[in-house]
Amino acid sequence: MVTLNKETMSVMREIDVIPFRNRIKEMAVKIGMGLVNQTKLITAASELARNMLKYAKGGKVFIEVISKGRENGIRLVFKDTGPGIPDIKMAMQDGFSTGKSLGLGLPGTKRLVSEFHIESEIGKGTTVTVIKWKNG
Amino acid sequence: MEKIPILKMGKLLLVTIQVDLYDRLAEALEADLVQMINKTGAEGVLIDISAVSIIDSFMGRIIGNIATMSKILDAETVVVGMQPAVAITLIELGLPLTGVLSALDVEKGMLLLQQKIILKETTSLTDEDDGNTE
Repeated sequence: MVTLNKETMSVMREIDVIPFRNRIKEMAVKIGMGLVNQTKLITAASELARNMLKYAKGGKVFIEVISKGRENGIRLVFKDTGPGIPDIKMAMQDGFSTGKSLGLGLPGTKRLVSEFHIESEIGKGTTVTVIKWKNG
Repeated sequence: MEKIPILKMGKLLLVTIQVDLYDRLAEALEADLVQMINKTGAEGVLIDISAVSIIDSFMGRIIGNIATMSKILDAETVVVGMQPAVAITLIELGLPLTGVLSALDVEKGMLLLQQKIILKETTSLTDEDDGNTE
């Protein structure tokens, strides 16, 4: 997997989510991603950014254009230094939420992207990595 | 702070979301709409989301809330103009928006609301008639 382009954005306030979503859209359009996949990727990004704001008071997102063989895609790495997730297995279940939401955030997000990886350490923070391939 | 305008048209309230939604804006719209229904006695709410390019679980929930709240306040809600990509994403996300009426465009949405309102009026009229004859 080769990284073609990399940039960082910080999401510290709710309003930061809008330029963040727009930037992802620009990059997705640039690599020729179709509208449905674009929408899925941006929706997933929106969910993860909200989680970061809600549970960790914000964090950083690395946005990368990657390529594997003939396929191009976008990788997003959400890094926060929040409280961490005690039980990832539980958090990945549909309908589970410690907040007031419907609990669709993490499992729903996973369904929207091509690859999903989550790592969390209590007291240190959480890192969520998602990849959406152009045709994936 | 930005605000999404709510227009009153006869018995209906019209909302056209032309900006990118974020959580606080969606929450403010929910509160404003419920208050407007109460103040104006509107019987229908039409929300045009044709310019909205993404709806995530939070905003989806707000739309569901608006529909449920207006129902309790005796008004119907119709969501119109959802982009196909948004519909696909909502379903995969796991948010089928059950209980929210929808129509393809503003025109069809208006028609649907008017039918609903007429239906409600005629049924309440026949109820009264029954009361008189007994």
